[in-house]
Amino acid sequence: MKLTLRVWRQKNAAADGAMSTYEVDGISRDMSFLEMLDTLNEELIVKGEDPVAFDHDCREGICGACSLVINGDAHGPERTTTCQLHMRSFEDGDTIDIEPWRASAFPVVKDLVVDRSAFDRIIQSGGYISAPTGSAPEAHAAPVPKPDADSAFEHAECIGCGACVAACPNGSAMLFTSAKVNHLNVLPQGAPERETRVLDMVAQMDEEGFGGCTLTGECATACPKGIPLPSISAMNKEWLRATRKVGR
Amino acid sequence: MTRTLWDSTIGKKTVMAVSGLIMLLYLFAHMFANLKIFFGPEEINRYAHWLRTLGEPFLHYEWTLWLVRVVLVAAVVAHATSAYQLSRRDIRARPTSYVHKRRGATFATRTMRWGGVILGLFIVWHILDLTTGTVHPGGYEHLRPYQNVIDTFSTWYGNVIYLVAVTALGFHVRHGLWSAAQTLGVGTATRDRVLKPLATGLALVLTAGFVSVPVAVMTGLVS
Ligand code: HEM
Ligand code: SF4
Ligand code: FES
Repeated sequence: MKLTLRVWRQKNAAADGAMSTYEVDGISRDMSFLEMLDTLNEELIVKGEDPVAFDHDCREGICGACSLVINGDAHGPERTTTCQLHMRSFEDGDTIDIEPWRASAFPVVKDLVVDRSAFDRIIQSGGYISAPTGSAPEAHAAPVPKPDADSAFEHAECIGCGACVAACPNGSAMLFTSAKVNHLNVLPQGAPERETRVLDMVAQMDEEGFGGCTLTGECATACPKGIPLPSISAMNKEWLRATRKVGR
Repeated sequence: MTRTLWDSTIGKKTVMAVSGLIMLLYLFAHMFANLKIFFGPEEINRYAHWLRTLGEPFLHYEWTLWLVRVVLVAAVVAHATSAYQLSRRDIRARPTSYVHKRRGATFATRTMRWGGVILGLFIVWHILDLTTGTVHPGGYEHLRPYQNVIDTFSTWYGNVIYLVAVTALGFHVRHGLWSAAQTLGVGTATRDRVLKPLATGLALVLTAGFVSVPVAVMTGLVS
């Protein structure tokens, strides 16, 4: 396949960026999107140019490091991560626009790399349980009803990639935060911090400068792990309950 | 707790949802009452008088009406203030747009802000027209809504302003009612299958009810 790529290039956080056009040839339909970018970068290095910086790690759809808005879609046209997107989703001769996640809480570091440490700080504010560590507890000591276990697993799938923020017209982190809150709040292990968790994580989310939710639904459409939109409603319910209960 | 509510994006959105639902409740009552115009001047003019004596003898003449007005003004102010502040925040959170544009959300979702502004302006005009009579075409007569409504809908601009506003209302309620359910924590995957069509249905009923009045005047059904 022969492709035209229009890629966001930006030297550093302070510099102005712009879209630059590149041609790549000899792309196999079986390559992943990131392998296609590797091919481009090899050519750029041979020519003595600065390779395109982009985030990646596991390349198997589980770590949440990869990003990229591809033709306006976070993680591209398929419901998966960019690393699991394959070139067979494109046609020979296509022009592909590649941009970084856009949100003021995710500033661009270089080219397509953004700083997602705001997510880490949201997790630090309440995305944990106060469990006694040491020997593993007996598995049946804390019974978990099947629907709760399913819900916890569904939300635990969130890999913290930030596609939800990138897709949201308000740069809102409600879907991510709701995945993390609901994951622990439905479980007995998460019960001791049930109220403080949701209050602190939402406060940190606001503190980081993410926007509010207008129920546009773009986040859930973009999420590679299928975190559903009603998770946000479930978090709102937890937040309202905690506000009444804790009274702060 | 009040501070937590107002300082949090979720809390402010809760204020928006509750004030929106209060206005929505009022609008349904208002729409049903308007339909009395189809039963002649006597019926609706008597109703206008009854509204003012509602609550007597416990409450003085017009007190109930003023109570409703105070609640509604408070709801409009709370709703518009939280909408403005949240919108400012949302725009700041996403300062750079993508070079590659994609199709956005539904029309109702995309027009919440401008639709809201249209509704706000309409509320002002509507009060000056049919409550105070300040900008009313033809002689405004207190407690004679039948005649006043016919005056307004006998002008082209009266019809245009009203129809635009009521259409905007339909779209606003379509997204707003479902959104309010999500904001208040009622939404689940199962319930949303009912809530979405319900919001659309109620928005349609509300709009159709309001639209029927100017249409009746324009077609001469009410004169
Ligand atoms: C002063 C004029 C108004 C303005 C400026 C305004 C503005 C807005 C805005 C910006 C939103 C949020 C949109 C979003 O989430 O995407 C909203 C939501 C809403 N509006 Fe209005 N609106 C106005 C009048 C009304 C009226 C008359 C009603 C009554 C039917 C209403 C009912 C609602 C409801 C129920 C919501 C949903 C709240 C939520 O999302 O939780 N609004 N409004
Ligand atoms: S909710 Fe989905 S899109 Fe958002 S960070 Fe988690 S996995 Fe990524
Ligand atoms: S690189 Fe790990 S999820 Fe894509």
